[in-house]
Amino acid sequence: MNKIDNLKKYIVKDKLKLDCGKEISNFPLAYETFGKLNEGKNNGILIFHALTGDQFPYGINPITNKEGWWNYALGPNKAIDTNKFFVISANVIGGCMGSFGPSSIDPSTNKPYGSNFPVITINDMVNAQNFLLDHFKIKKLFAVIGGSMGGMQVLQFVSNFPNKADVAIPIACTASHSAQNIALNELGRQAIMADKEWDKGKYLENGKSPSKGLAVARMAAHITYLSKKGLQEKFGRKLQERDALKFGFDADFQIESYLRYQGSVFVDRFDANSYLYITRAMDYFDLTKQFNGNLSDAFKGSKTKFFIISFTSDWLYPTSENREIVIALNAIGADVGFIEITSDKGHDSFLLNVPDFLNSVKNFLNNSYKNIHEARV
Amino acid sequence: MKQEFKIISSLINENSKILDVGCGNGELMKYILENISKNIRGLEISKKNVQECIEKGLTVIEGNAELDLGQFPDKSFNYVILSQTLQAFLNPEKVLYELLRVGKKAIVTIPNFGHWKVRVDLLFKGTMPVTENLPNEWYNTPNLHMCTIKDFVTFCNQRDLKLTKSISLSGKKVSYIKKSNLNYKNLTSELGIFEIEK
Repeated sequence: MNKIDNLKKYIVKDKLKLDCGKEISNFPLAYETFGKLNEGKNNGILIFHALTGDQFPYGINPITNKEGWWNYALGPNKAIDTNKFFVISANVIGGCMGSFGPSSIDPSTNKPYGSNFPVITINDMVNAQNFLLDHFKIKKLFAVIGGSMGGMQVLQFVSNFPNKADVAIPIACTASHSAQNIALNELGRQAIMADKEWDKGKYLENGKSPSKGLAVARMAAHITYLSKKGLQEKFGRKLQERDALKFGFDADFQIESYLRYQGSVFVDRFDANSYLYITRAMDYFDLTKQFNGNLSDAFKGSKTKFFIISFTSDWLYPTSENREIVIALNAIGADVGFIEITSDKGHDSFLLNVPDFLNSVKNFLNNSYKNIHEARV
Repeated sequence: MKQEFKIISSLINENSKILDVGCGNGELMKYILENISKNIRGLEISKKNVQECIEKGLTVIEGNAELDLGQFPDKSFNYVILSQTLQAFLNPEKVLYELLRVGKKAIVTIPNFGHWKVRVDLLFKGTMPVTENLPNEWYNTPNLHMCTIKDFVTFCNQRDLKLTKSISLSGKKVSYIKKSNLNYKNLTSELGIFEIEK
């Protein structure tokens, strides 16, 4: 825990009224920055992370000692070029990498909040991160970018702050969490809560750990991030370090072993209660409903230029759901581009080395910055 | 730049709002963006072309004109451009009406199946014509609904669609198509360029 205490944090002094009705203030936002803010303060990019991401998209995460989650896309000369742009990345509230979350200590009890943590929403996450802009004295960002739950935050950000970003790139996301996605999240939550060690959310204070439940939740979720074709090509029916089936319930197949491994490494870095709270926030996300059934109204009055990206094999946030955002933007004559990238890598494509995707982001960002901020001579 | 694109560009007023349907690799859009109006976007079905457009800094939506024009509100563009694509749609009539719903004006160009070279091919060789503007063989052509300039003019007249400008292109030669010279232009034009209003 000490290591997490030492992470870079901004304490938000202001009051933030959450959607659930509770008010928070003096809460920490753990963040990192990459690149330099220029004199005109017009090269800022806020990136939003996905469900299990954190503020370390680039470099080595000091807690996990693993590479950042967006190393393919972000860094010097990469798609989001840190030689050129100043990138801010914060851990969402509800998270477990130093920001205000269920593993934070409740000063009134001196124990972790656990299940007493307020239910948060995507809207709350975005409003919290907006305070970071005041911290850096950035009036207007160049870009807001994010994939999956990060994409939902992009949509909510532009809706809440219609003129605080020149461009927005929501990737592989949706404006309204589908029944299928709620169902899959519920599966994960039930796996955690079915683990006796979860202890009604009080496992931290009682020295327990619902790691089995959390691992199952991660295994189930991990399958949804890949495509059937991708799984088949990578694993097929290959056996795990054995020549024949063992007629038991060990991991006979490589795919079983792979999933077990993914589950086991996940529990070392992620808090089970954070998983419950963040998946809940995703389920509650329905930007269309926030605007009484008309998604276009979410973006009315915004001059932000949108570039929406989906992936052919993403069945979790399929092209059709991304296209609904495009349609809503076109209906109000907003500036919107859209591309569906061909990839067999499923929903995870946005995190992986998919050159067409990375090139599109790079070209869009560089051309947009040139058009908006580098006047032609 | 292609002569066709020069003529299309010359029909467009400065700073108007434009949609290029089937914008290809964005050559025309880029010219218009840099010289006539910043307010231009494209709709393109090929992923490769969409990538190329993004490289050029153009705003493009990947989509199919036969399915995706519906999302644009009525009269949301001053001009909707459709270059040499009408004949490739399953339902060109429906697409044309959609263009005129979305745009105040449509600029449509048609490869002319009435051009003399096409007629000669069919008449003397007895084979489906293959020309510069119609480079494909019968078995791999995307063109489902070839028409002549005369066909298209008749089609528009029957539907009370106003042809506010009708231009013939033959090689580099540009001329106007009128009622009086329609039969002649139908023989000599390689391409017809029409500005249409409903």
